[in-house]
Amino acid sequence: MAAAGDKMGNSPKNQVTENQGLEFRAVAKAFDGNRVFDDLNLTIGKGEFFIILGPSGCGKTTLLRLIAGLEAVDGGEIFLNGRAIQNTEAGDRGVAMVFQDYALYPHMTVAENLAFGLRNMGVPAAEIATRIGDTARSLSIDAFLDKRPGKLSGGQQQRVALARALVKKPDILLMDEPLSSLDPALRLKTRRELAALGRNLSATVVMVTHDQVEAMTLATRIMIMHDHVIQQIGTPLEIFSRPANLFVAQFVGATPMNLLSGDLAAGEAGTAAFRLGESDIQTQVALRGLPVSTAWRLGLRAEHVALTTPKKPHIPATVDFVERLGEQSWVHVRLTDGSELVATETGVSPHRPGDRVGVQLDGAKAHLFDVDGRAWHPEPA
Amino acid sequence: MAVSSRNEATRGWGNLLFALPFLSVYVWLLVYPLLAGIRLSLYRANLFGGEHFIAFENYVRLFHDRTFLQALGNSLMFVGLTVPVLVLLALMLALSLNRATRFAAFMRSVVFASSVLSVTVLTIIWRQVLVPDGGLLSHAAHLLNLNPVPFLSDQRFVLPSLAVITVWWSLGLPMILFLSALQQVPRSVYEAAALDRATPWSVFRRITLPAVMPAVILVAAYECALQFQVFGQPQLLTQGGPNGASRPLVLYIYETGFNHWDIGYAAAASQMLFALILIVLLVPHVGRWMAGRWLIGRRA
Repeated sequence: MAAAGDKMGNSPKNQVTENQGLEFRAVAKAFDGNRVFDDLNLTIGKGEFFIILGPSGCGKTTLLRLIAGLEAVDGGEIFLNGRAIQNTEAGDRGVAMVFQDYALYPHMTVAENLAFGLRNMGVPAAEIATRIGDTARSLSIDAFLDKRPGKLSGGQQQRVALARALVKKPDILLMDEPLSSLDPALRLKTRRELAALGRNLSATVVMVTHDQVEAMTLATRIMIMHDHVIQQIGTPLEIFSRPANLFVAQFVGATPMNLLSGDLAAGEAGTAAFRLGESDIQTQVALRGLPVSTAWRLGLRAEHVALTTPKKPHIPATVDFVERLGEQSWVHVRLTDGSELVATETGVSPHRPGDRVGVQLDGAKAHLFDVDGRAWHPEPA
Repeated sequence: MAVSSRNEATRGWGNLLFALPFLSVYVWLLVYPLLAGIRLSLYRANLFGGEHFIAFENYVRLFHDRTFLQALGNSLMFVGLTVPVLVLLALMLALSLNRATRFAAFMRSVVFASSVLSVTVLTIIWRQVLVPDGGLLSHAAHLLNLNPVPFLSDQRFVLPSLAVITVWWSLGLPMILFLSALQQVPRSVYEAAALDRATPWSVFRRITLPAVMPAVILVAAYECALQFQVFGQPQLLTQGGPNGASRPLVLYIYETGFNHWDIGYAAAASQMLFALILIVLLVPHVGRWMAGRWLIGRRA
């Protein structure tokens, strides 16, 4: 049977019991009468590296701030390790946060920045010194413990912000776009360090980002948000290979998934065939179980579109333009009916704008989307 | 290389041309009068002519002049009464009005409104408040069956009364300066402190105060220089009385120069005031030196 992707909030990977991790129950939040969340339910397991991914303004940062206690919920409950925390003061929740702008205390040295929270928590001075020493060594910031944040580079400030959060040994570590203010080379390096950190950390990590590469490479599970609504929760692979709907399919992936409009027909062995003009594309999606829909779209990733010679039975197309990324190229082609497709070619593509080519679609890898944007995938092998 | 460096040198002199209008007015209206005043202080000079070089005799005379010493004491007292209160009140107002509500915006305007009054209007308003005969406060005293206090004609009350008026008048600008310093601190820093379980006091002590400290030092120095030059309020409200109890230095200089025509002597008193203000303007540097490491990070 063809199956939709993982639906909201009940991922099969969800093995959280009542007393562990973080749980949202029917959380509501509004700003000046504008609804942000109505009935948000979400469970994050202990020790997970959970990433909330979505475009700007989708409500992901608000979600993080609700966990931190920097915003109050307007309804519902938030549980951390089985304890309702929605009415607990921010400082008493066992939560630490890395802010997007780092929010280091400008008039304290790095060591004082790290010690501030610990002193307020009443940690003994000797232990503060040990913890700062350990954390500073592990994040390689011990060389500038005596400096003020203003004297540090962006990357160093980012480490200090991370150290300030980790030194508190929080139950849950929140990160709000922690890599967004770093330049690309440093972002890659820091991302790999974060990945290593995530593997060694016992705390639950919840991170917000709009960068899908960060999400795919760091997360144990990803939650995709759009317009304040959870679109899909799943492992990076699930999100990529079985997107729940059109939004996820278009949002995740180096280049958005190709979409073609057409009709369904009965194909071989009970599967659906997709009728595109004169050609039929044989999919592996089971025909039985597909809903009645006035319109269908075929979704295919760029790597499952191949370019050949412009001869039958290949679909004729013209090259619009080519994006050469070095290790691969994205060739944008236009079919005779005007629809556009992107094909991935390894290495540097020989194609030039205006070239006549034939397009070969790998139907076995195709997804179907009904009129509501819901996705239907091939049966898992 | 040589060509370009010579070009830069010539361009440097060319650039001076743009500063020339300012510099010429500055020299003409400030530097020259300052030097002329210093020269004048070394003469026995009359407003209507007649100069006679007497070296430092005017200065020696000043230190034996009881009226001058009283005026000096009054000025020091006035600065001591106004500046700390101004700084503290303005800081407290800025802290409480540093929020994005309509009420706070309204209150900021209310506090600032008094600053737009001229000194003449200011004294007319406050005379109607303070005079014992039919003033606002005397009415209140009558209602409470108390004797009205002669704020402006009692030696003990006159200087504090002038200080109150001046604080009320000058509160706006320091508050605005403090507000702008407070708004330099990103909200996320306060949020980080909330997650760090900081108490309101430690937030103030470790985050807010260091952020406004440069503004505090600036305002304190600026207000010292300004309040040493107080003139309009005593001139219009008390004429320095009673018994010179409200005569500050500038009023003394004015009376000496333009009522007694003794301009050489008045010039000497002016140099004393100038020296006093110069010392006070060094306060920020001393303050910075004392605040030491606190401010290094901020200036970086």
